[in-house]
Amino acid sequence: MTIARIQLPERIARGDAVEVRVVIQHPMETGFRVDAGKRVARNAIHSLVCRYNGAEVFRATLSPGVAANPYIRFYTRAVDSGELEFWWLDDDGVEGQVRTPIVVL
Amino acid sequence: MHAVNRRRAFVVLASFLPFARRAFAQANAHISTTDPLVFSFTKGASVMPGRVTLELPLIADTGFSVPMTVRVDSPMTDRDYVKTILLLAERNPVRDACWFYLGPRTARAEVASRIRLNGSQRVVAIAELSDGTFWSAARPVEVREAACTESE
Repeated sequence: MTIARIQLPERIARGDAVEVRVVIQHPMETGFRVDAGKRVARNAIHSLVCRYNGAEVFRATLSPGVAANPYIRFYTRAVDSGELEFWWLDDDGVEGQVRTPIVVL
Repeated sequence: MHAVNRRRAFVVLASFLPFARRAFAQANAHISTTDPLVFSFTKGASVMPGRVTLELPLIADTGFSVPMTVRVDSPMTDRDYVKTILLLAERNPVRDACWFYLGPRTARAEVASRIRLNGSQRVVAIAELSDGTFWSAARPVEVREAACTESE
């Protein structure tokens, strides 16, 4: 099971540039690593989308060039209270999702 | 009379040629725009140096996790924003480490992450702006212990 965590600033005012930090627990296997004489198959998160109240605000295409347990920090404009949702997909076809409420003062 | 004018025009044009060539060369100085990966992104457009800031350590003890911040000088309004940022690690087996797709709702053109580096190399960031121009920055990173090596 993948575990992910979103971190937002404590106080968010309308119109602010909100710093969004996300960490997803994932090995991001490169496909070049050898374990007990066998090559470990590539398995990395390749698509990551962030939606804010259903509207896409940020998207990333990742590769094994991103460190294990991918961490991404970006900014989004605070428009309304609601929900911030991350969705991702890895090479094994496993989807993941994490949501967090966002409270705009 | 006619011939003299033509000659003069030629001389004037020819005197501008070195400047024109230098300007063109500078536009793509960072990067090969005919590189298939770069071409798939820029479609042959010239890539100007500047407007992009790439923050990376000069020396990384390990290539498994290198903190990286990329910032683009852009107001991020509905009219003028950064569309895409490509992070290129030139000596990695998978060179396009990440693509970031931003928009007017991304309040600041700044993204940070941690990347893997397979040895000392130059890392390049190319940003596509909403007006269709491409800007880039490059940073050399010295990696003491490369990623992608066997961990045993």
